Amino acid sequence: MTINETQDNIIEEFSLFDDWMDKYSLLIDMGNSLEPLDEKQKNPQNIIEGCQSRVWLNAELNDGIITFQGESDAVLVKGIVSLLIQVLSGHTPDEILSTELYFIDAIGLKEHLSPTRSNGLVAMIKQMKMFALAYKSVSK
Amino acid sequence: MNEQEIQQIRDDFPILSDKIYNKDLIYFDNGATTQKPRCVVEKIEQGYYHLNANIHRGVHYLSQKATEAHEAARTTVAEFLKAEKREEIIFTRGTTEAINLVATSFGEAFCTIGDEIIISQLEHHSNIVPWQMLCERKGLKLRVIPINEHGELNLDVFKTLLNEKTKIISVVHVSNVLGTINPIKKIIQIAHARNIPVLVDGAQAVPHIAVNVKELDADFYVFSAHKIYGPTGIGVLYGKEKWLNAMPPYQGGGEMIATVTFEKTTYNELPFKFEAGTPDYIGSTALAEALNYVQNIGIEKIAEHEHELLTYATECLLEIDGMRIIGTAKEKSSVISFLVGNIHPYDIGMLLDKLGIAVRTGHHCAQPLIDSLGIPGTVRASFAFYNTKSEIDVFIEALKRVVLMLS
Repeated sequence: MTINETQDNIIEEFSLFDDWMDKYSLLIDMGNSLEPLDEKQKNPQNIIEGCQSRVWLNAELNDGIITFQGESDAVLVKGIVSLLIQVLSGHTPDEILSTELYFIDAIGLKEHLSPTRSNGLVAMIKQMKMFALAYKSVSK
Repeated sequence: MNEQEIQQIRDDFPILSDKIYNKDLIYFDNGATTQKPRCVVEKIEQGYYHLNANIHRGVHYLSQKATEAHEAARTTVAEFLKAEKREEIIFTRGTTEAINLVATSFGEAFCTIGDEIIISQLEHHSNIVPWQMLCERKGLKLRVIPINEHGELNLDVFKTLLNEKTKIISVVHVSNVLGTINPIKKIIQIAHARNIPVLVDGAQAVPHIAVNVKELDADFYVFSAHKIYGPTGIGVLYGKEKWLNAMPPYQGGGEMIATVTFEKTTYNELPFKFEAGTPDYIGSTALAEALNYVQNIGIEKIAEHEHELLTYATECLLEIDGMRIIGTAKEKSSVISFLVGNIHPYDIGMLLDKLGIAVRTGHHCAQPLIDSLGIPGTVRASFAFYNTKSEIDVFIEALKRVVLMLS
């Protein structure tokens, strides 16, 4: 599936719910089904700064494909991490770098993108793109 | 306060009738800032529409009237705090600036390398960082009064921290995280027995309990207007005349001078020595209006009502499985910090928000305190006199629902 196809699927899934609390329930479920990160990967280098909760993000490159793993001690944030991983993991650095992440706004969770200190979503997305950039230059 | 009285008060605050995500707003974030009654906003409006002119030096009518209003506001503040003299009231931008002023100015006058400053484990960053900066600048040592498991200051340890190198103690009156009301009078007595002055951070105290700086014998007392139903951008430093006279000016500029030449400048007398530049002369009148509003209701009545809210909320919270009340001092103001099991406070706050309930989550600008408690932060509900028991009921039901979702 392409990145945008995944984004569209997510938008469709969330659009089944009108009520905020139902959308968040779905997000919580997604967060809870996220694979826990290996303890070794919960290291200071993988911490995303700027979050009220702790967020770890790890990336690996295999055969030109990046896989992301992540975790957070806040369930809603884990849900967002899970969505980002669904969308961006398993793709090439170029695909990730050229992605426009429109799904977050479309599913109505825009306040997680606010520049206030209480969330590091912007930081997370930035970090994932940084990984892609780094791996792109490595694989050259 | 009976239901009718509370409703009358609520009617004075337009924002309390607003809907958030189509739900009634339940505003429990008063520790961060308070809502403003109509009369305070109208004072600002009136000021800018009909009383606006720069003050102190003008020769025209509007300037005269604006000056009178601003200085009358200063008198109102002095009377509110029961200060000896109105010249002991300095207007600042807020609590943070007031503390920075004392740290810088008092530090400059009285501190030398090796001296010590005492603060407490409860402090807000605004009562930590200015002192840290002073310590770095002048080679001083920062000592910290610890708390016990209830969030109360350990006075026995406090006494052991005092020595001949201690130059000033700066301590909070009411903790914005734990709600602890500190025994300020006693702390000041202990300090004064050794001739050590005390600064009291009263930001979270003045809206909720009666403050009498003379009775406390505080050397400095600070607070912000926006936490007591007044506007943002203005606050108060009360300082005993003897200290303020012995301290050099904080900021230089117009208003705080007597005469200026390129060779030498002489400074104005109190309070103006510490008020450089055009002051917030509209904000000051709005602050005075807010203080009058509070005094017309009566601080004792407010304290009683808020105590009822605190007790009721605490009881209801304790019925929730996994509830952890953070801060169990015997004397508490209307602030409740809590956690539920291992649920992250951010999750609770975000979901409560969607149900129209405004609380605060995180470290509440008290990272050292939160870190020392070994928690990621708290959910904090902070009440004001316009909050009600039925709001608490809605909050509790919402919290139960949220906890279920997150378990």
